[in-house]
Amino acid sequence: MAGLTPSGQGNGSGYRRIVAPLLLPTWLMIGIFLVLPVLLMAIYSFLTKEFRGGVIWDFTLASYDQFFLNRGLFGDEPPVIEWTYITIFWRSIWQAAVATLICLAIGFPTAWFIATRPPRSRAIWLFLITIPYWVNLLIRTVSLKFLIRDNGPLNEPLMALGLITDPLPLVNTNLAVQLGLFYSYLPFMVLPIYAAVERYNFALSEAAADLYASRWVTLWEIVLPVVKPGIIAGCILVFVPSLGAFLAPDLLGGAKTFMIGSLIDEQFRGSQGNWPFGAAAAMILMTLVLIVLMFYARAQAREGAR
Amino acid sequence: MSTAIEIRSAVKRYGTTTALHAVSLEIADNAFFTLLGPSGCGKTTLLRCIAGFEDLNEGEIRLFGQDIARLDPNHRPVNTVFQHYALFPHMTVLENVAFGLKMIGVSLDDRRARAGRMLEMVHLSAFADRMPTQLSGGQQQRVALARALAPEPKVLLLDEPLSALDLKLRQAMRVELKTLQEETGITFVFVTHDQEEALTMSDRIAVMSQGRVQQVGSAREIYEAPVNRFVADFIGETNLIEVTVERIEGDWARVILPGGHVIRCAAAGTSPGKHHLSIRPERLSLAKTGELVATIERVVYLGTDLQLLTRLTSGEAIQVRLQNSARTEVPAPGTQVALHLEEGAARLLAD
Ligand SMILES: Nc1ncnc2c1ncn2[C@@H]1O[C@H](COP(=O)(O)OP(=O)(O)OP(=O)(O)O)[C@@H](O)[C@H]1O
Ligand SMILES: [Mg+2]
Repeated sequence: MAGLTPSGQGNGSGYRRIVAPLLLPTWLMIGIFLVLPVLLMAIYSFLTKEFRGGVIWDFTLASYDQFFLNRGLFGDEPPVIEWTYITIFWRSIWQAAVATLICLAIGFPTAWFIATRPPRSRAIWLFLITIPYWVNLLIRTVSLKFLIRDNGPLNEPLMALGLITDPLPLVNTNLAVQLGLFYSYLPFMVLPIYAAVERYNFALSEAAADLYASRWVTLWEIVLPVVKPGIIAGCILVFVPSLGAFLAPDLLGGAKTFMIGSLIDEQFRGSQGNWPFGAAAAMILMTLVLIVLMFYARAQAREGAR
Repeated sequence: MSTAIEIRSAVKRYGTTTALHAVSLEIADNAFFTLLGPSGCGKTTLLRCIAGFEDLNEGEIRLFGQDIARLDPNHRPVNTVFQHYALFPHMTVLENVAFGLKMIGVSLDDRRARAGRMLEMVHLSAFADRMPTQLSGGQQQRVALARALAPEPKVLLLDEPLSALDLKLRQAMRVELKTLQEETGITFVFVTHDQEEALTMSDRIAVMSQGRVQQVGSAREIYEAPVNRFVADFIGETNLIEVTVERIEGDWARVILPGGHVIRCAAAGTSPGKHHLSIRPERLSLAKTGELVATIERVVYLGTDLQLLTRLTSGEAIQVRLQNSARTEVPAPGTQVALHLEEGAARLLAD
């Protein structure tokens, strides 16, 4: 009670004195696992490459220069834009966007279905959705490859039945990568949408129908706007990891589906690696993601202000 | 006067529970019609069947002569004010009110103008650009009302729209709703479990209990001529006494009260035998002498009225209400008094 009286207002600093030490673990976690690694990457991206992996402590912009500009084989020609990495980035963004849309198209009805079941069976459905996640992502991706390879359990029965003469060429295609991303990240779409739909007040749909809205109009004008925060959260949760994914593109895609994730991954492997360049690519990727998130936050803020 | 809604032996079952048992009702056009009954008696269910959110298992509902069984809710010229308002949280107040107009294809300028007029009618013009969450309960209730009225439906369904409001606001809204109904000429079907609300607002009232319509009539008919024990007990306060009907003479019945006192009252379709008699407390008065003798047990002061809890010599508890005027003599508890029953004050009930 004392803290609520006017004379107790000066206790604010006392309160802080108690709480500050309690927050220490949080700050430590953020410091060690978030700030430190990002800072390290940022610093590395400005260092010089060492011959057999590793870095030399010589500050330079060379990595960023290498990412965006082409100065010829010996570095003495006038710089032109280097398209190799920009193309990889663009392809990755495109791939991640498509994966997000596919997850949304399948995830929304799934989430809707689960959220509209009787409360007791909802838990079971959610459990079923998360079961594959008990298995390591690498193993799941490899199994997917076995599933869709030329003489795998998908193609063999189809050929045995005579439905197709040649195996469906799935492995090492864009489609396979999409399938892999979809398979890896679908629950990240389903869960936030489920949470939003579960909170949705179905009287709103009745009110819309009462006011002459058809089912589709109700979905479009009432349901989607109201559960939008869940949809956007799901899209971010799928898009961001899809953008940096390297397991699915590596294992399921071919040379033509080389992605940012694999590019970065490669820079930190063995003696052919280039740590500063990998760090620079990671920093550029992070900046891109941050820009997208900032636009989203701005749009949210504007909507909230209405 | 034409009929707006005709319901014929409507049956609605949810699994094993039957929410409506063969309900039949006629609701006149331009009327303020109230469905009154205790919680769980099926009022909301009936309203939802009219609006189209539930399908009947048996029977039919006609709207201005047309069978609407096959019409989806969005094709019925009926709008609803929901119990918890169900305002669209992502739209401003004006957009909420204009939504129905948008759906029936009214142009943007037109619907803004019409929605604006609706908001004026419910005194919320100043709130047009707010979001629903920034309104008080009473204001949200008015928005819901304006939203449902905007497309000018033939019938407006209201499901306990006042139950979430405090007493003062509720009383003010009763008058406003009634005025609104008279001004617009729209048929209102109003659901409530509050008998005072029903009595003060309605042209006609249907009293419901356990999925059945018990009685339909004007406020006066229901209060003064209840057809059965449930209605007599549910509407207002009453004394229910078990009596014996000795014989029927034309429209009149000779009734013996528990103490042996004999009175004459309207037969109301009863036959000789055991029945219940309903006597309104305010229709009883105290007399110097009489055959119906009672002992005063308690006197409760109610401001405008005095409530006397008495007991007949035969053991039945009887309530008496006296108007609190300067001339009223308040008898002390323990005194014996005679109760005077006005002609026509007692009502014989069929069950
Ligand atoms: N969706 C449903 N599933 C199963 N039973 C239901 C359902 N809706 C209503 N009921 C049952 O039908 C009966 C009538 O319910 P209804 O909601 O019509 O009552 P009500 O008169 O509106 O009550 P209240 O005044 O409390 O709102 C109740 O016994 C209720 O339990
Ligand atoms: Mg109800």
